[in-house]
Parts: sequence; C-alpha cells; structure tokens
Amino acid sequence: MSMSAAIIRERPASLMGQVSDYLWRNPKVFLFLLLTPPLLWLGIIYVGSLFALLLQSFYSIDEFSGLINHELTLKTYGELLRPENLDIIVRTVTMSLAVTLGAAIIAFPIAYYAARYARGGWKALFYLAVMLPLWSSYLVKVYAWKLILAKEGILTWLFAKLHLTFLLDAVLSLPIVGGNSLSLSYIGMFLVFVYVWVPFMILPLQASLERVPVNLIEASADLGANAGQTFRNVIFPLALPGLIAGSIFTFSLTLGDYIIPGIVGSSRLFIGQAVSAHQGTAGNIPLAAAFTVVPMVIMGLYLMFAKRMGAFDAL
Amino acid sequence: MRSDRSGAPFSLKLAAAAGLLFLHLPLALIFLYAFTTEDKSYVFPPPGLTLKWFAAAWKRPDVWAALILSVKVASVATLISMVMGTLIAAAVSRTKFFGRETISLLVILPIALPGIITGIALRSAFNLMDIPFSVWTIILGHATFCIVVVYNNAVARFRRTSGSLIEASMDLGADGWQTFRYVVLPNIATALLAGGMLAFALSFDEVIVTTFTAGQQQTLPIWMLEELVRPRERPVTNVVAMVVVLVTLVPILLAFRLTKDTDQIAGQSK
Amino acid sequence: MTIAVRFDAVSRHFGAVRAVDAVDLEIEEGEFFAMLGPSGSGKTTCLRLIAGFEQPTAGHIEIFGETAEGVPPYRRNVNTVFQDYALFPHLSVLDNVGYGLMVSGVDKAARHRAAEEALALVKLPGYGARRPAQLSGGQRQRVALVRALVNKPKVLLLDEPLGALDLKLREQMQEELKALQKSLDITFVFVTHDQGEALSMADRVAVFNDGKIVQAGTPAEIYGKPASRFVADFVGSSNVLPPQLVAKIAGESRWGSLKPESVSISAADGGLGLRAKVIAAHYVGSSTKVVTEHEGLRIAAAIQAGRTVPAVGSDVTLIFAKSDVHLMEAGS
Repeated sequence: MSMSAAIIRERPASLMGQVSDYLWRNPKVFLFLLLTPPLLWLGIIYVGSLFALLLQSFYSIDEFSGLINHELTLKTYGELLRPENLDIIVRTVTMSLAVTLGAAIIAFPIAYYAARYARGGWKALFYLAVMLPLWSSYLVKVYAWKLILAKEGILTWLFAKLHLTFLLDAVLSLPIVGGNSLSLSYIGMFLVFVYVWVPFMILPLQASLERVPVNLIEASADLGANAGQTFRNVIFPLALPGLIAGSIFTFSLTLGDYIIPGIVGSSRLFIGQAVSAHQGTAGNIPLAAAFTVVPMVIMGLYLMFAKRMGAFDAL
Repeated sequence: MRSDRSGAPFSLKLAAAAGLLFLHLPLALIFLYAFTTEDKSYVFPPPGLTLKWFAAAWKRPDVWAALILSVKVASVATLISMVMGTLIAAAVSRTKFFGRETISLLVILPIALPGIITGIALRSAFNLMDIPFSVWTIILGHATFCIVVVYNNAVARFRRTSGSLIEASMDLGADGWQTFRYVVLPNIATALLAGGMLAFALSFDEVIVTTFTAGQQQTLPIWMLEELVRPRERPVTNVVAMVVVLVTLVPILLAFRLTKDTDQIAGQSK
Repeated sequence: MTIAVRFDAVSRHFGAVRAVDAVDLEIEEGEFFAMLGPSGSGKTTCLRLIAGFEQPTAGHIEIFGETAEGVPPYRRNVNTVFQDYALFPHLSVLDNVGYGLMVSGVDKAARHRAAEEALALVKLPGYGARRPAQLSGGQRQRVALVRALVNKPKVLLLDEPLGALDLKLREQMQEELKALQKSLDITFVFVTHDQGEALSMADRVAVFNDGKIVQAGTPAEIYGKPASRFVADFVGSSNVLPPQLVAKIAGESRWGSLKPESVSISAADGGLGLRAKVIAAHYVGSSTKVVTEHEGLRIAAAIQAGRTVPAVGSDVTLIFAKSDVHLMEAGS
C-alpha cells in the first residue's frame, strides 16, 4: 500500500454521488430511465389513440339511435363510396395535385437560383428569405390572403389599375374553378394553398439541386449538350428526388387541411372538414375515422413510391 | 453545386425574384393594413393611415387573455419538449440498441401526420383517461409534437460531440452528474436553445391540434380563427396579426444565429 | 518492488469476441511500460480496463494493491491521455488543465496556479487563455498530457499518444516523455502499434496478439529473443527462418529468428554460410538493408554505412554464427 493518497477514493457520501455511481454501473437502468417518460407518452398514449381511431373506422353508426355499434364491419368504408363522399375525396385529391404542381413551378426557380448561383452572404439571405415565411404563423398567412383576395382588396385594385378587370371576370366565370369573388372560388383556395406550402417545397428541392456535382454539368456541356438539354437530361432527373420529397409535404398537408377550405373558397367540403364535421356534433366517429384513413392510405402509397424514387435521401 | 460560369440567365433571376416577392408581399401587406383608417372592409388602397388601432387592440381584454395564454402554453410546452427531446436524443445517440429507428419514427409521427389526426387522437385519449380539457391538455398536446423539433437539433449535436470527451471528464474525476453539468450541457446548449426557440414558435402558432385539445380556453391562434370566421373589429385583427408575425420572427432569427455556424442549421427540419 | 498494476486472468468479452483473453500482467511502480500489438489485439482494451472505462468479464485487477474492478474511472487515481486528446472545446486551455482539480473542489486561485506551473513544465507558458481549437497538434498533445499529470496520478495511461504527430515531432516527444517520466517518477503505461516507439521508450514491453500477451520483457529481450514467429515478425526486422533450415544449421527442427545485423555478406564462395542471390538493397541512412534470396526464402542483411554494397543480381554468401539464431517454437 503506498504512503500517499489512496488509489481508490472512498465511496461518495452524497446522494447524488451514490446515484451517479449506481447509474454508471448499470447503464441499462440509465437508458431505461432516460427513455421511459417520453416513450410512455408517445408510444402508449399517442400511438394507442391512433390505433383506437383506426379501430373506430371499423365500427359503424346506427342510423336511428345515433349510437356507435361496436361490431367490426366494413359498412362505414362502404359509406365512403357514396357519391357525395366520393366527391369530397376526389375534390381534395385534385386540389392536392394542383397545389403540388403550382408549388413546384414557383419553388423551382428560387431553389435553382439559390443552389447554383447564390454565394456567401446571398446564400444566408436566401435561406432566411425562405425560413421566415416558412415559420410565420399559418393563420396570419391565410388571413393575409383573405385581405388580398377580398373583392375590394389589392388584387381587384391591381387588375383595375392595369385595365385587366375583364380578365379577372373571365377567370371568375370559369366553370367549377371560378366563383363570385376570388375569395369564394377554387382559384382563390388554390392560391392560398400554394402560398402556404411553397417554402416546404423549396427546401428539399434546393438541397437536392445543391447535390448535383458541377462536373456532371460540365461533362454534359463537354459532350455537346446545350443548356436546355443539360437541364432536361442531367439536372432535372437528379433534382427529382428533392422535388418528390417536397411534394410529399405539399400533397399531405393539403390532403389533411380543414382550415383553409373553411375560410377561402367554395362551401363544398374537403376531407379535413368532413372529418371535423363528422366527429363533432354529428358524433359519427366511425365515419370521421374512415375519412382520416383515406389521406393516410394515399400518403402511405405515395411514400412508398417516393422511397423508390430516392426521395427519402433528399429529406 | 456551384456554377462558376457567368451569372444566372436573366429569366431565372426574374423568376426567382418574383417567387420571393410572392412569398413576402402578403406578409408586408398585413403590416400595411394594420395602419389603415378603414374599419369595415379590406379595401385597397387604404384610405388613410393611423395608429389608433394599436391603442384599440391594447384595450381589448380578449386579445390580452389569448396572448398571455399562448405565451404560457408555449413556454411550458417548450420546457417539457426540451427535457423529453434531449432525453430521447441522448439515449438514441449514445447507445446502439434495437428499436432506434422505431423511436425516431415515433418522435416524428405527431408532426408528420395531418394535424387533424393528431388532434382527434389526443382528444379521444384525453376522453378515455377522463382528463378534463384545460390549459394542461393544450400544453400536453403541444409538447407532443414539439418534441421532434428539439430532438432533431439535439441528436445532430450529440452526433458531433466526441464520446471521448465524456470519458476524459470521468477520467479526471468528475462523476456522471458533474460530467453532464460541466461537459455535456455546455456542448449541446446552443443546439438545445435553438430547438427550444423553434418549439416555442411552433407552439405559439399552432391551431389545429389546439382546437381539439382545448376546453373553453382561447389561445391567440384560436382567437384569430374566430376572427377569420366571424370578424369583430377587422383592424384590430390586423394589428394582432402584425404582432404575431413580429413575435415569431424573434425566436426564429435567434435560432438561426445560434446554429448558423454549424452544419445543421436549426429550422431545416420542419 | 511495488506492483503498480496487476491483472489476474483478466478477460473482457464482447459477446462472442474475446477482446482480452485471460491476461496476466504485472507493471512495476515507476516503470515506463509499453503495450504493443496490431489493431484488435486487446492492448487498448487492457488500457481501458486499467482506466475504468471497461469492466472485466472475469478476473481480478489490482492497482497498488487495491481492487479496481467495479470502481468507476472517476474514483481511480489514474489518468489518461487520449488518442484524440479529448480537450474540452468550450473551455480555455487553463480551464482544461485545471478541470480535474475543479471537480475535486480545489479553489480557483490554487487551480490556476497549478495549471500555470503545469503548462510551464511542457514549455507552453502563457497559453492558458487560448482555446484548444487555436493550438497545433503537438501543443494539444502537451496540454492533454499536463491536464492528466496535474492531478498527480499514481499511474498515467497514454493511448497511442504520438500517432498523430509528424516524425520529427514524434522523436522529440519521445525524448520529452521519457525525461518527464523519470523526473516525476510516475508509472507510465502506454499503448502503441509502432514497435520502434515501444522499443525506444519503454523499460518493459508486453506484446499482444488476439487478446493475449505473447511475450513480455525488456526491449532487448523482445527484439533479440522473440518467443514466437509472431513476435519476430511484428517486432523489429528479424529474419524468420523455417524449421528445415534451422535443423540444418542448429540441429533442432524449430523456427528461428536471425537479426539482419548479425548477417554479414561475402562475395567468396564455398565454406560455411548460405549461398544467396541479392534481390534488392534499401539505403536507410545509417545502414543499407540488403535483401537476398536463398532457396526461395528471403533473408535480409544489414551492412553498415561505408562498406561496399553488393550489386543487385550478384551471388553472395551469407555468414552468421549459429548462436545468432534464436530458437522459437517447434516447427510443424
């Protein structure tokens, strides 16, 4: 035994010290403690209620008493095939597709420029320029468009100033997509949706475009392709995963949204509103649940397709 | 990818600029409308400019109540999600155990699914457990989807922190708790803070899940929703909208500044 | 002699992998001890067992007579210099060095004083205010060294300490470390895969392979009398002679090791010695290594600077004494 201080120090007296020692000796206990509270909440309570919701879609509602019949059946899903419900689904999916396309068209130049030409300080500026709208309040954005689309609002004024009011009226008189005013038409709804989701499209697209190596573009030029051909054959295919990743957001967010259709646009129902309506005072939880399953299934299929196209690497 | 050739074609610059304008003009418009003298409609251009609506908004008790509630909820939800997110991130990045992928999926689920599904799921869970809808149910709901924001930032930072730092600390005599306090925490602090800021912004703005998990309470977004559907004093709503934009601007900018020199800039993961 | 570290049949298994396999070890107080071996041989795991980052699956570890297994690293008076230095990036150099003192409750003034003294010891006076990121590799290594030493450990562990340094710096640090250890009279245990380093710095060397110690002894013993083919191959540049040849030379059918320095080359033919053809000559400064081939076997001879080097392709005779052939394990 050496004369100086002991090699092994005494066991600590304090409680914190003893706990520390114990946890060090038993790392699995430590892990368990770390994970139990959050996992309990998420895994059991949240996921549990999701399953409960799913289960509900296999129940049905008794038409006369309004009570939920706790017997497994596919009757509720059958309800979905009723023309008015199918209408809702088709309407929502069509809008989602249109919004995805619109968002892609607007997002592409921004993402392209930011990825290929922006440097240093400009890059940070572009980044902020996309971040800020992205994180701004959703409701404020919708509200802003209510102002813009109002009959007396800036858009009408702009058209008038440019003597293009006839154009506006022509657009509004289009069947289905037109309406009394922009804020009561599908076009208006389309504009708002696109506006709110464009930032979600820009980010993955930009990331994807940034990953296209310069030497590929140079090689293409070297082999004789002009700018358009290079774009079509080299850049666009490589940017596709990013595009699809972004489309996941725009598609799924539009599918499930119930606020925008309620504020801007026609009074026809979208899936989100149908869900909200049915689970509310109507008390038809099974039908509401069945409606929620629709976007989940659609997104599930879309995600599988996206994964195949390599979109997950672009996220 | 950089193009070292001459600058971008003009049409591209135009399209990009137009796109950015499209993104920002509507918000700028809100600011303009907050000063309009017209109080019955959304007429453009505004007939005159005034500051009186700011005073009017100041006097509205329901606006204040909603604002205070939103701040309260966001603060507590942020705190909860910071603790939970860090715990999960620490567990996931320090040990390789089965189910790691599942846990990542679990954490991201509340925010990945449409808000309405999360809202209904939580609502039925609360019903089942006989918990009355109150401020606390709102907070719990918000914490559920705010976890992932903190988690993403924390995991990215944990990954960059070398494991030997913890061993070095213990080797020099610091026990687990001291190591956490003196070595781990300072290294993840900025990432945590950034995650917390984003969580705050997310919670402050959230409306869909909130409508399902609230009782009679009104957070600011719920107040705004009411105003959108049944407007009372339009200009006051404009003022509130402007304030909301400014308020959420601050945490976002802070989060950006905190992490801009790292490779994982906060906010990308939305 | 007091035993600083003792391993009694210590094993560390990771599932089916036996990283350390029933190792017996005794490190004396005040020694500069090297653990040498290829990657995966278990030497680093043994170091971590002494530090406390790993716990043995079986066996008994004693540090200065006290049981060490089950004791966390922060309660052992043993400190480590890590391979990547592991300096805390968020603390200044001074705070890094004083870290161990801080967590044991030493007050600020005393810690700063001790840290300054320590920095002066490694010729980095006044560097206290800088951050690790502002230091060069060599400087960081010295900070890591004094960060460990300032706590006055009984045993200092070094994990491949010189690996990241360039040759000149490495040689310089080797001298400094050796001098430091002698002056402080602390037991140094270091891990390396560089046999040159182990041989030049250590008082004793343990050669590891596959989780076991295959030979432990002074550098001279390891180099001159390797216990097995593995050691002969790994340490030094010994020629390994197959059993058939050794049987002809020394009468026993065992593997033999022969140092190139013991082999001389003569152009003459006939008489004792092996006929061989010169295939290559490598100039190494102080000597020239001549590689020859005898019946398919490569044998190297070291010729001192100044002597004539035979031309490549010429036939020569290799001359060495029977006693220069060190016998190892039996041939199959």
